[in-house]
Amino acid sequence: MRWLPVFKKEMRLYFGSPVAYVVFTFFLLISGWFFSQIFLIYSDISMRSFMQPQFGQNLNVTDTVMRPLFTNMAVVLLFFIPMLTMRLFAEEKRSGTMELLLTYPVRDGEVLAGKFLASMALFAILLVLTLLYPGLIAYFTRVEWGPMLTGYLGLLLIGGTFLAVGLFISSLTENQIVAGFGTFGVLLAFWVIGWGADSAGGTLRTVLQYLSVTDHMDTFTRGIIDTKDLVYYASAIVLALFLTLRSLESKRWRG
Amino acid sequence: MIQVDHLTKRYGPVTAIQDVSFNVEKGQIVGFLGPNGAGKSTTMKILSCFMPATAGTARVAGFDVFSQSLEARRRLGYLPENAPLYGDLPVAAYLDFVAEIKGVSRSTRKARVADVMDRCFVSDMQHRLIGKLSKGYRQRVGLAQALLGDPEVLILDEPTIGLDPKQIAEIRSLIRSLAGQHTVILSTHILPEVSMVCDGVIIIHRGRIVAQGTERELVEQVFPTARVELQVAGPTGDVLAALRALPAVSRVEPVQSRDGATAFVVESPRDRDVREELVHLAASRGWALKELHQVGMSLEEVFIQVVAGEDTEEMTASGGAF
Repeated sequence: MRWLPVFKKEMRLYFGSPVAYVVFTFFLLISGWFFSQIFLIYSDISMRSFMQPQFGQNLNVTDTVMRPLFTNMAVVLLFFIPMLTMRLFAEEKRSGTMELLLTYPVRDGEVLAGKFLASMALFAILLVLTLLYPGLIAYFTRVEWGPMLTGYLGLLLIGGTFLAVGLFISSLTENQIVAGFGTFGVLLAFWVIGWGADSAGGTLRTVLQYLSVTDHMDTFTRGIIDTKDLVYYASAIVLALFLTLRSLESKRWRG
Repeated sequence: MIQVDHLTKRYGPVTAIQDVSFNVEKGQIVGFLGPNGAGKSTTMKILSCFMPATAGTARVAGFDVFSQSLEARRRLGYLPENAPLYGDLPVAAYLDFVAEIKGVSRSTRKARVADVMDRCFVSDMQHRLIGKLSKGYRQRVGLAQALLGDPEVLILDEPTIGLDPKQIAEIRSLIRSLAGQHTVILSTHILPEVSMVCDGVIIIHRGRIVAQGTERELVEQVFPTARVELQVAGPTGDVLAALRALPAVSRVEPVQSRDGATAFVVESPRDRDVREELVHLAASRGWALKELHQVGMSLEEVFIQVVAGEDTEEMTASGGAF
């Protein structure tokens, strides 16, 4: 249970420095912009369907507002999350605090757990702040809370995957810029890899589609919890964390 | 309490330490001396379980630093070189984190943190961010975190670096007060510090231990004779001849004394005090005795002798190759 002090320390560092506030501010600004634009289009369509009823037969908030919003937020996260994770190990290595941290009576796994859970907690707080948007919708019209919850679950999973990958890359370098850009590059690659699926055929198509990190979120935004997608994110998180642990442990015997 | 056996560490082709062995008994304070790049920090990094050795073993409080690392780490406090700390945390919050991670129970944590802050003289800065502190304060916060959890073994890499003279005195007396209860190994460049604080000395040079023992042992080992400085009013040649004629005297060397007159350094075996004989000699010859005192050889002279001796050996060895 020694992960707790590391967790608390990381939270203090997030909120004791401008990092948390800067990320919150700009994420909410950008996702708020997306929400307002999408919501304006939605209200425009619903206005028109009022005059021509056949126009809005399948019109609903989940499909028209929340799904595009969730997808957009996932893409914005791809840009933001590297900035949350890049310092987690790289800065400790650069400043030498890693030397002290590793000589405290705490297992590498506990250090890793503390750091991962702290970044997850920060991310969860960010998601809670975005509940403002469904809250606003609920003020004007009826919200389907089921698909809303699964959508947030999808965001939590994709964010967790991003964080775990970022943590791993941060453990490889002592340069924060390298950690940040490296993470961003890897995440971007796993986003665009799905685009190749359209032109590819056969097995390759299936493989590329399966690898694409954003495709797996689609089912969640539609209100479906598919084990295939759960397994995808869970295994990605476990793999990235496992590699991070190996990278930390290698320090112990490699020096 | 600390046992080091044939420890070797290579960084690629560079050998940082080679076949280093020593023991530190419980409750002792041992000073680790050596020129820059001698391998002091490397040895300390291995002892603190931060870095593995290439060969050899080290045990701290009976636990192997590699295979029983966690147990060893529970029993040691470490202050790395330059005291790396989290600049974005306030002092008290940082020390609270260290206390928690070292397993200090929740009920006593606050008191323990306040206690180490008092002992290291950082209480007045406890709400400041560490990044805003001066080097001296940072160094003392580093020492405070090493003391937390009351570890049996303390490994301090240059604990007094960056402190002003008053702070150095305070920290030295703090470290001195740890003797008996704690086993301390500290590295330093300041030789008098070792004389003041440490029970034993280990001199490391070019990755090898070149001398170890108590300060007295080292002095006797490196300078096997006792020295007395004598200043008398008499013709230099006669005095020199008369001194050399004394049976107990092994060597006499004329030196320039502080006031410009000629003085003589008289060497004799350690177990033989020649001062009385010198007084009798001066009186019988009618030379006025101006000054007579024992010359203690300091650790500094031992250090220079040992390290320089190694260097000349090295030079003659490599000289033969040309």
